[in-house]
Amino acid sequence: MDNNYFVDSDKLSEAALEKKHRLENDPSSRTDHMKYMEGMEQISSDIRERVLSEMKSYDYSKYTPADVLRALRHDTCSVEDFKALLSPAAEPFLEQMAERARLETQKHFGNTVYLFTPLYIANYCENYCVYCGFNCYNDIRRMKLSMEQIEHEMKVISESGMEEILILTGESRAQSSVEYIGEACKLARKYFRLVGIEIYPVNTDEYRYLHECGVDYVTVFQETYDSDRYEQLHLLGHKRVFPYRFEAQERALMAGMRGIACSALLGLSDFRRDALASALHVYHLQRKYPHAEISLSCPRLRPIVNNEKINPLDVHEKQLCQVLCAYRIFLPFCGITVSSRESESFRNGIVKIAATKISAGVSTGIGDHESKYTGKENDEAGDEQFEISDGRSLRKMYDDMSEEGLQPVLNDYLYV
Amino acid sequence: MKDDKLIIGGREFHSRFILGSGKYSLSLIEAAVNYAGAEMITLAVRRANTAESENILDYIPKGVTLLPNTSGARNAEEAVRIARLARELGCGDFVKVEIMRDTKYLLPDNQETIRATEILAKEGFVVMPYMYPDLNAARDLVNAGAASVMPLASPIGSNKGLATRDFIQILIDEIDLPIIVDAGIGRPSQACEAMEMGAAAVMSNTALATAGDLPAMAEAFRQAIEAGRKAYLSGLGRVLTRGASPSDTLTGFLRD
Repeated sequence: MDNNYFVDSDKLSEAALEKKHRLENDPSSRTDHMKYMEGMEQISSDIRERVLSEMKSYDYSKYTPADVLRALRHDTCSVEDFKALLSPAAEPFLEQMAERARLETQKHFGNTVYLFTPLYIANYCENYCVYCGFNCYNDIRRMKLSMEQIEHEMKVISESGMEEILILTGESRAQSSVEYIGEACKLARKYFRLVGIEIYPVNTDEYRYLHECGVDYVTVFQETYDSDRYEQLHLLGHKRVFPYRFEAQERALMAGMRGIACSALLGLSDFRRDALASALHVYHLQRKYPHAEISLSCPRLRPIVNNEKINPLDVHEKQLCQVLCAYRIFLPFCGITVSSRESESFRNGIVKIAATKISAGVSTGIGDHESKYTGKENDEAGDEQFEISDGRSLRKMYDDMSEEGLQPVLNDYLYV
Repeated sequence: MKDDKLIIGGREFHSRFILGSGKYSLSLIEAAVNYAGAEMITLAVRRANTAESENILDYIPKGVTLLPNTSGARNAEEAVRIARLARELGCGDFVKVEIMRDTKYLLPDNQETIRATEILAKEGFVVMPYMYPDLNAARDLVNAGAASVMPLASPIGSNKGLATRDFIQILIDEIDLPIIVDAGIGRPSQACEAMEMGAAAVMSNTALATAGDLPAMAEAFRQAIEAGRKAYLSGLGRVLTRGASPSDTLTGFLRD
């Protein structure tokens, strides 16, 4: 079972189509995804080796209900316990896992839930990632906001009361240079108390520059930790280089960033292995950089512009919940973010068990916050990266969370 | 016993329960003040630094001493900057220095804490440093100008009680400042035990915040702390832990 990812736009030239098809059908036409491209910094680290070898040897079919119960009885969750909790054998114990997860969440985070919003400032992309709405062969409306437009978007968002922002771009150095992103982040510091970025991976000196521009958090999704599968999904562009992406968080921390976030995009590959690898990535980063604030996301595949059929395959809400509970039990201190890809009812439920951070007032399009927030018409906006499922505004989310007995927190951070 | 006061930074407190800042809510603060008798409430400056409509500063009742903390600081410099900001925000001169370089267990960094304490004490702050119970570090904190010493009982949020019992006892025995047991106190009996040992006060948050009935648990803490304090002042606490006295004296045979 797999998604049908390939869609041909009638706007592509014959030569472009031919190249696209060759990339899709002929692996020998693709570059070596394990080889760093020119300009990509190589750091010395054994984390990738540790994570991947553990993932490779993970046989989740061997775990039994007894292993799961033993894991739940333990005071601290070992890697072996975590593997049992992620296995199919744990599915019947979802309620017990949720109880334990809730206990750990309350112990470490109380009843708080953090709110933030993403801001896409450009959707140009040089990569061909077959599942992504921004991919370079997808016929979408491209846009890159000017500094004036960015400031306008930020004003609209900050007037809604939001204090934390995540700045995103498509992955195009040519269209969205590090300096362009840095200038946007300087603006963001004027309007928000906490600024994070989710952009293409960069070198340590560039992360340092972005940190100086006001960024404190770096999110990079590995998409899948199975490097062979990664090769089949990321056919062209810088993103194709698996190890450079894997080491992005470490470079960000070396550059002085305060926190990082990791994730796989569940539904691209074997989700249990990807969940194991995501958590181990975090686990090893925490051991090596104990001061770092670390969090995990857990996105599932969503439909995109021009391909309505893309879906998360076998990762249903139950499986997602199992993964999140297992994350929480294994990594009690770790922030867990659940995006607006998930439904209102799922997000309302999961914040009481394991998640600590959710987005609100979300748009994944470019330059359309004013129209989305105020209803003012805008024909100029750039297309979205994926379809969202929970469109609640900040006010609505704040009230809903309070009603659920939780304390919404807009800022828990001091820029020092 | 009526005149039994806790004095920190020249201010008198009748309550020996201090509310920590980890998990906040209006109902928690109300329970802590009305039922546990708290006269000092910790405030995470990073959380107060918000434009949010429900600012925590608005929650704090009048007459309660604010104890802003430096949570989020990873070194002395960051802690000092946060303390100064707290003063600018109108939080007063009290500050609880918390410096952590570990986001997993949130264990305090004694060395950086001593450095921050020295800087802040010189600037006129009433410094209450959170620390790992180490006698040498505690002596350094005294020399650095601390107003009290706040050793952890067990990892923060763990509710595991006095895991560091013997080391806290050493601090109580050797340090002339009030020793306030902070972090890990999960139930009234543990608070009582700390007070019996001679602790000057107990700080707690999670134990209350996660209780089913906040006011009842807050009252239980007040009673436990008062009972422990009374036992300590009555001179019983040490006997209980070091063995009972024989009824006939061991040295009665000595003639001159």
